[in-house]
Amino acid sequence: MTPRSTYQRLLGYAGWLVVILILGFLILPAAVVTIAAFNDKAILSFPPQAWSWRWFERALAYPDFRTGFQNGLIVTAWSSSIALIIGAMFAFVVDRYQFAFKRVIEGVLVSPLVIPHFTVGLGFLILAAQIGWSRGFSVVVACHVVLVLPFVLRSVYVSLRNLDPSYELAAASLGATPLRVLLTITVPLLLPGLVSGWLFAAILSFNEFTASLFVTSQRTQTLPVAMYNYVREFADPSMAALSVMYIVATAILIAFANRFLGLGKVLNIEQSH
Amino acid sequence: MDQRPFLRIFTMPAVLCALGFVAAMAAVLQYSLRAYIPGSLDAGGFTLVNFLDLLKPLYARVFLDTVLICALTAIITLLVGYPLAYALVQIERPMIKSAMLVIIVTPLFLGEVVRTYSWIIVLGNNGFINSLLRGLGLIEQPVQFMFTTSGVVVALVHVTLPVMVIMLAAGLSHIDRDYQRAAESLGAGPIRTFLTVTLPLSMPGVMAGVTTAFAWTFSAFATPQMIGGGRVNMVSNLVYQLGLSSFNFPFAASLCVAGLALTIAVLSILGLASRPFKKMGSH
Repeated sequence: MTPRSTYQRLLGYAGWLVVILILGFLILPAAVVTIAAFNDKAILSFPPQAWSWRWFERALAYPDFRTGFQNGLIVTAWSSSIALIIGAMFAFVVDRYQFAFKRVIEGVLVSPLVIPHFTVGLGFLILAAQIGWSRGFSVVVACHVVLVLPFVLRSVYVSLRNLDPSYELAAASLGATPLRVLLTITVPLLLPGLVSGWLFAAILSFNEFTASLFVTSQRTQTLPVAMYNYVREFADPSMAALSVMYIVATAILIAFANRFLGLGKVLNIEQSH
Repeated sequence: MDQRPFLRIFTMPAVLCALGFVAAMAAVLQYSLRAYIPGSLDAGGFTLVNFLDLLKPLYARVFLDTVLICALTAIITLLVGYPLAYALVQIERPMIKSAMLVIIVTPLFLGEVVRTYSWIIVLGNNGFINSLLRGLGLIEQPVQFMFTTSGVVVALVHVTLPVMVIMLAAGLSHIDRDYQRAAESLGAGPIRTFLTVTLPLSMPGVMAGVTTAFAWTFSAFATPQMIGGGRVNMVSNLVYQLGLSSFNFPFAASLCVAGLALTIAVLSILGLASRPFKKMGSH
């Protein structure tokens, strides 16, 4: 390396300052909402005069948040698991085989990435009304499966591409049936991709709001919908306390996913050398 | 022996899922062409009246505002996101890189409601920024951010930034570093290297980022709804009001179809504009 001039060093510092400011902008709302959550008064003020945990207690005790959380868990567990099974099987055959309408099916399945969620939500709402589908959990789950499937597909493709086919060939040449190769070699090797795909799907489904607003009813409303309704009616910091719990839980899950599979690989931003 | 043992069983669920989604989208398309019967969830006969209604100034205005907000958000997000993506790709220390990645990616998974609510606390009249400015003695009266287009755009930039950074970083990380090294070894300074080598080579990522940012902003609902408070309206807010408050499904559906057509048109234009860059950067 050539020695860096003062000019280059200053440029480097200026660059870092900009990056830190932008990271600050990203963190700002989370930091502010955390301060607001511990504010003792019901009316927002900065800096808070007194601190308390009472909004956390209130948020945990609020019935709509509790049912929203339970409904969210039901919807998330079903939709992310169904999406994982559908997505993993489909990604596997897309990666290995040529077949009719392959690109068409794949195109349809990833299109929810660019179709606005309000359009998807309205679509399922109208479809349910048309065919007399009762507005229970099944509509919400079906809608969420469609919305999270692109992310599962992506995650499984990445692991399939990193899979060394020689293990499968070795097993097959030793006389293992295709099903046995699949279950004893392929699936275990794909496990990190499957787990992270499921995790991303679960986080996205649990947080999905716009489409959920259309397809949920009073009985099936998920947590983001309950939160939205709360903000419309009340202004106290219970929502801030819930937001803090949300942010912490999500950050932990993301850090975990990063450890487990490497977000850089999933997001395709590893430096090529 | 069948060379493709799992093919039929493994594609079946995906095909069913795709068909279900196509049926939902077909339902939107079909309702957009049907008449609205007040007080009923069923739609009347086929008609083009919904699309003609879209041309009324009230609704045309919302479309225009939506496109302006989306374009503004995409451009600001690009300017703010580029330095961050550049730093993310350059950094070699795994600890710092992971920390940055978690900070950037976490908001992406938080959902619009939590993030928008946080921005209400930042931007509100008794919120963080106004309290700060008042505390510093810079203002007497609170600055109005809520219910303004600028407030909505600030929050939308925050919502869109993670996905922009990811797109840009993907583009930047696939540039062969030898190009930059070559420019430097030939005597180009860091700024010149950036402007003549890195920036042009990152254009595919830039176009992908802008395209995605536009589509995401168009899809945003909670942010304009909660921060715009009815005074800043985007297509999504109109669809919600018509669909879930007035139960005018046919008109809401026609808004969705027109919105989709608009998105596709804008994305195609951006796609055409980025065609000259497609060949660059591949090696």
